[in-house]
Amino acid sequence: MSPTQLLIRELADKYGRSREHLLPIMQGVVEQESFLSEYSMIEIAREMDLPAAEVYGTATFYSFLETKKMGKYIIRVCKTISCAMKGKGQVIMAIQDMLKIPLGETTPDGRFSLLQTNCLGLCHKAPAMMINHDVYTDLTPEKVREILSEYMKKPL
Amino acid sequence: MATTYQLKRADFIFKNENDWEKVLSNILSRSPQDLINELISSELKGRGGAGFPTGLKWKVASELATQPKYVICNADEGEPGTFKDREILEKVPYKVLTAMVACGHVIGAREGFIYLRGEYRFLMPELQKVIQEFEYYLKEIKQDFTIKIFMGSGAYICGEETALFESMEGKRGEPRNKPPYPTNFGYMGGPTVINNVETLAHTFTIFKYGAKKFYDLGVQYSRGTKLFSVSGDTPKPGIYELELGMSLQDFVYEFGDGDTKAVQVGGASGFLVPRKKFADTAIGYQGKLTGISLPTGGSMMLFNSSRSMYNVLDNYLEFFREESCGQCTPCRVGCQQLLLGIKAVKRGDRPASYLDKLLRLTETMQVTAKCGLGQSVANSFSSIVENFREEMIY
Repeated sequence: MSPTQLLIRELADKYGRSREHLLPIMQGVVEQESFLSEYSMIEIAREMDLPAAEVYGTATFYSFLETKKMGKYIIRVCKTISCAMKGKGQVIMAIQDMLKIPLGETTPDGRFSLLQTNCLGLCHKAPAMMINHDVYTDLTPEKVREILSEYMKKPL
Repeated sequence: MATTYQLKRADFIFKNENDWEKVLSNILSRSPQDLINELISSELKGRGGAGFPTGLKWKVASELATQPKYVICNADEGEPGTFKDREILEKVPYKVLTAMVACGHVIGAREGFIYLRGEYRFLMPELQKVIQEFEYYLKEIKQDFTIKIFMGSGAYICGEETALFESMEGKRGEPRNKPPYPTNFGYMGGPTVINNVETLAHTFTIFKYGAKKFYDLGVQYSRGTKLFSVSGDTPKPGIYELELGMSLQDFVYEFGDGDTKAVQVGGASGFLVPRKKFADTAIGYQGKLTGISLPTGGSMMLFNSSRSMYNVLDNYLEFFREESCGQCTPCRVGCQQLLLGIKAVKRGDRPASYLDKLLRLTETMQVTAKCGLGQSVANSFSSIVENFREEMIY
């Protein structure tokens, strides 16, 4: 069995194999592999006895269930109105400048992916972003450079 | 006129009360009918934005014999400018959990879920700890009720109650047709009470201090207090608990930066109120308030004169275009066309009169879209275009 198959089996044992457990299982795979590959979606479908198209259809509905290969650290900068007003543009430029990637791309070493997202619910501390599950608020270009430098020191 | 200034602050929700065990055992010793009556007489209405009477919701679900029933706490707070539910779950989660157990007792449900939006994943470890405390206590007093967290995965539309059920059932978060309503046919087809986080937190206050304490606050048809998420051009962004029924003018005196041009009440799906209408606008549910009354989920975004309302509308429409589930045509195509339309007018590719066509499109969306998302795009679109038409064009 491949590691992905093992992971999916483990998740299915933990949550259950009926349809209402599809989201937790997909979230579990994303947690480990940072995205849902075609292979993992087919394996989830097999494990849960669902049509693969249903799994794909559900996965593509949710913005946090990526179906494209992502970096280890996914940066999601809020682009909704309060953050847009408080300078998310400069924050994104600072990140792009530092990582040398445009929005929607992943660094060649697979460490970072840079995305924009809709309202994070941190409007009073705008601009805000998430890196994986962690939130960062009151961002400035300087602050975001410091945060990313810390992430660059982490093992890949 | 600062003399009429009367913003009434309150402090119920975030007041730290370490007696949930006592409050809960007191609740569980009362009959469901008694609790429903207490809620109904408090006139608490849903704090997520729609404003459905909470007591009535619990009553309808309690009258059905179908099992299993469910209690769901809607923590899929995604409306731009709203962040109160996160704060409640961070600071006073036990109030929400107490209310969920109370609701389970009233309607006869044994399972409760918190649908937590993916963006709030960082709250989970702490929340899980509090849930464990509750489960331990419930076991001790032999109350059969479990609470689980269900994580969302980044979809605004899943805050719509029926879309939320679909999502929990492992499907795309596409809203269902209503009726049947959740109280009859909700999660997994069972009778379900689904309440906003803040609504549940208010029931804690009501059950602890009595309905009268809550009813005495606010104004007719809009009783009690409400949390407001204040952001944008304000010197003091944050969360404030205020009595309902205040005038927008008073609100701006308190929170404005002295240069407030407009306030967006109720987030991207709410209304934009320009300065000239501040004095005639009250914040509360429809009723006998003077002038226009605007209900809100609590999102209050202030814009000062440096802001282009075109950019604001552009940002909202981009949001709706992405978050529309795509299930029904008026919303899927409508949101795209509105965005393309205002861009074309701005560029000069379309005449100014094209805005009127777009306004008619929003009217169509209002009557034909399947759920609140598509229906409410008209709110912000028409209130911005009608009040700041020149900014859309030049």
